[in-house]
Amino acid sequence: MLLIVLAMLGVVYAAVGQATTADAATDTAATQAQVTAGHKLFQEGCSSCHGLGAQGTQNAPTLIGVGSAAADFQLSTGRMPLAVPGVQAPEKKIQYNDTQIAALAAFVASLSPGPQIPTAKDLDYAGADLALGGQIFRTNCTQCHNFAGAGGALSQGAYAPNLMSASPQEIYEAMLTGPENMPVFSDQTLTPSDKQAVIKFIENIRTEPNPGGWSLGSVGPVSEGLFVWIGGLLALIAAAVWIGAKVR
Amino acid sequence: MSAVVDKAGPMLEALDERLTLANYVKRNLRKVFPDHWTFMLGEVALYSFIILLLSGIYLSLFFKPSMTEVVYNGSYAPLKGLSMSEAYASTLDISFDIRGGLLLRQIHHWAAMLFVASMSIHVMRVFFTGAFRKPREINWSIGVGLLTMGFVEGFAGYSLPDDLLSGTGLRIAEGIMLSVPVVGTYIQFFVFGGEFPGDIFISRLYGVHILLLPGIILLLITAHLMIVWYQKHTQYPGKGRTNDNVVGYPVLPVYAAKAGGFFFVVFGITVLMAGFVTINPIWAYGPYTPDQITAGSQPDWYMGWLEGALRIMPNWETTAWGHTISWNVFIPGGLVMGLVLTAMAIYPMIEAKVTRGYKDQDHDLLDRPRNAPVRTGLGVMSLTFYILLWIGGGNDIIAKFFDLSINQITWTLRFAIFIVPPLAFVATKRACLGLQRKDRDKLLHGRETGTIIRLPDGEFTEVHAPLSEEEKAVILSKTDHIPLEAPAETDANGVALSKRKLKAARRTAHLSRWFYDDNIPKPTPEELAAAEAHILHGYEEGHLVTEHRDSLEPEGGVLHDPNAEPAEPSK
Repeated sequence: MLLIVLAMLGVVYAAVGQATTADAATDTAATQAQVTAGHKLFQEGCSSCHGLGAQGTQNAPTLIGVGSAAADFQLSTGRMPLAVPGVQAPEKKIQYNDTQIAALAAFVASLSPGPQIPTAKDLDYAGADLALGGQIFRTNCTQCHNFAGAGGALSQGAYAPNLMSASPQEIYEAMLTGPENMPVFSDQTLTPSDKQAVIKFIENIRTEPNPGGWSLGSVGPVSEGLFVWIGGLLALIAAAVWIGAKVR
Repeated sequence: MSAVVDKAGPMLEALDERLTLANYVKRNLRKVFPDHWTFMLGEVALYSFIILLLSGIYLSLFFKPSMTEVVYNGSYAPLKGLSMSEAYASTLDISFDIRGGLLLRQIHHWAAMLFVASMSIHVMRVFFTGAFRKPREINWSIGVGLLTMGFVEGFAGYSLPDDLLSGTGLRIAEGIMLSVPVVGTYIQFFVFGGEFPGDIFISRLYGVHILLLPGIILLLITAHLMIVWYQKHTQYPGKGRTNDNVVGYPVLPVYAAKAGGFFFVVFGITVLMAGFVTINPIWAYGPYTPDQITAGSQPDWYMGWLEGALRIMPNWETTAWGHTISWNVFIPGGLVMGLVLTAMAIYPMIEAKVTRGYKDQDHDLLDRPRNAPVRTGLGVMSLTFYILLWIGGGNDIIAKFFDLSINQITWTLRFAIFIVPPLAFVATKRACLGLQRKDRDKLLHGRETGTIIRLPDGEFTEVHAPLSEEEKAVILSKTDHIPLEAPAETDANGVALSKRKLKAARRTAHLSRWFYDDNIPKPTPEELAAAEAHILHGYEEGHLVTEHRDSLEPEGGVLHDPNAEPAEPSK
């Protein structure tokens, strides 16, 4: 299955690479067939909470206007469909394949205009400004996601997830749509190039070697304190006991 | 070798003719130190302080304690081109562009963490073994002073780099200053020279961190060690050890070699930690600006309990005559640490007051924690309080890693902080009394050998072996304290005591009873002699002591009535 998908992706990538003008069309414009397939999947898997017309119910928000980006983010990280109602939808095993996710996203996008799945051009962060990304990240993201994107606790059991396993597309979509407790950073707040800078900064955290050695989870002084008591002091006590025993 | 001696001899002689130190040195090199691994915990603190001085000197060559705005142009790409304080930029330079800088920074920081950690564990050893008792009360208070200075010095140190985390810590310190009723704003303006963060604070703090506090700490350490040397070290109870002797090894060669070697062990472990484990990655936090904050903003561990107190405190404020008093900050931030440290410093006085005969003797022989159940209980109670505050300080990290709600943790702690420490006290006291009972049992019945024999009449029983002399000496080192009695209303001459004095004496007697009423007395010499003959007899004959236990137990008190009918051995 994975091989087939990869092969298909390869073919699509080659085709896109040949004709960049077709790029926007394939990425953004959904075919009617996709919408129909997505509608069917929606009725089967989503409508019990989101309502038959995706208008939302007591248990779930409306999907009209959330756009394909929100649907793609929620489905491709496994957050939706929800297993159990709770404080927050956890990341889990992805329930749909890429074609199905594309179909569902197309269906949601067909309901009303909304933020769209970022294009390959949107996600090209190679030329972005790393230092600017850091600035934006520290101003807007660290208070929940922590200085190294390791995540953090929010109130009442909610949390900001670790960003180290998030793909550039997921990060972009999350900024665009503000899932769960996250605020929306629209293109007016953070322009696409700002978003690319943020992605570049997060990618840099992920890939840069840690000059100090083992990072202890990058969660700040709590793990350092734990280490000094459990690692350092225990080693020194062991040495003291050893020396005490040697003297006799 | 002999050539060295030949040459050194006349030189030393010449030196001695001028300084006449030979006798002094000879006497002191023969000084005896008792040996136990727990006596080396304070050494760890001393050695980490030396490491701190050495690594600190290196860092001070490159650190620029200035809040002047500069544009960073060093080699760490993610921060290139940003404006930041010179303090932060120079810390980045130390970390990335100065040879050995990052290693030295990490050595300095890990050593600081170890410095306070080893002081903490050393103070626990001293407390639980009663080493603070007469004549060592002064040294105990110096120790509490050192611990306090360690907290403040550490905080000053990690506040200097002016990274996002250190600025956040300073912001909290500023908040605590502001919360002081009436004078808060004046203190804050005085310290920061205006609004937070201002532009002079880092350079002021630098002077405090590298000159004032290290000077005070060095002074206190010197006094601490000289007093230890002069008063001689305490020792654990054992065969041949009394309040009037010291059993151990002379300074030269054994103790000096051991201590010198241990310095290098401490240095080695610190360097290993610094070489392999990141501490305070200031480059990842970014420069401080008051409008930024990161999740997981915590102080270093020794300030964690203060942080916890702040985090679990309910949001109480009162407003009177146009002024707000922030109890929510002042109580946890200003009072808790001060009260706890003061209570620690004066604790020996309380024990002195309630202990009969305290003044009449020196306490060079350490207590076993079980033999001072109330003291041990109070110690465990305080530690429980401290650890609960630690948990409060890390509530967000705990919530994240154990999938809990931060609000539930906070609310649980708000109750637990009052309920759990007293429970810990009771449980510890009971455990101590249980251990005392076991000790008494061991003395009277010997050690359980695990050998089960069957008697001719079918009864199964275990053989008990006599204790070793060492073990016996350890158990018998216990002091059976008798609580103070409330004085009679009139003294020996029939003069009535003043009401105030009488009340105070009664209160003291009451406290003394609370300290010492529950006690399992050690056997009297007669009981011991009888029991010993008995155990030995039983052991050598290869069968057990058939007499009933109750006949050997003390009269009244917590144990059984000795006159009760002994139960017949089953036939």
